[in-house]
Amino acid sequence: MVRLTREPIDYHALAEAVRDPHCGAVALFLGTVRDLTGGQVTVFLDYEAYGPMAEKKLAEIEAEVRRRWPIGDVAMVHRLGRLDVGEVSVAVAVSCPHRGEAIDACRFAVDTLKELVPIWKKENAPDGTGEWVHQSAKPGAK
Amino acid sequence: MTLTVMLFAAARDLAGGDSLSVELPAGATVADLRAELARRLPALAGLLAKSAIAVNHDFAENDRPLAKNEEVALIPPVSGG
Repeated sequence: MVRLTREPIDYHALAEAVRDPHCGAVALFLGTVRDLTGGQVTVFLDYEAYGPMAEKKLAEIEAEVRRRWPIGDVAMVHRLGRLDVGEVSVAVAVSCPHRGEAIDACRFAVDTLKELVPIWKKENAPDGTGEWVHQSAKPGAK
Repeated sequence: MTLTVMLFAAARDLAGGDSLSVELPAGATVADLRAELARRLPALAGLLAKSAIAVNHDFAENDRPLAKNEEVALIPPVSGG
């Protein structure tokens, strides 16, 4: 399951949703809004997405995770809109028979999301200025 | 042919709108589109060099030909997560 949402992410429900009797492990990753980036204070973030492409890329990552690991289930949710410091921006939950697989698969899903999925954040400072973050490599470049 | 290029984040701010209509000859490629965007929006040149072009929701290489009615978007370096 992959989803974009403007509502707070219920990560407890997400972890419950991937639990599976054949799986002895659930790995849950939460990305949360940090107050400091390289000495720069962030008051809140704005996230925006190219919705249809973001959903397609998330679905492709889900399919790749299912190909590479013995997945019970996998769920990825990214939040959009204004998020205050401490709020959850992304959640990835993966269940597998064993913990190593679950942790590896969860890490791959988050890392690939951050490389490929067309979602952007704007860091908003206390002085009212905001800046889009475009520091990663050219997306999609192999 | 006329293509509408969707713009996001800093690219949208620099262009002053969430899309840009560009005129390209038939058979034009992604590389031709990049050149036209750079010509139309000099302020965008720096970001454009770091950005991908997406066609129909997939990343497209520079030699990919474009056709009218395809959904084209400029994808600056992403920062989700």
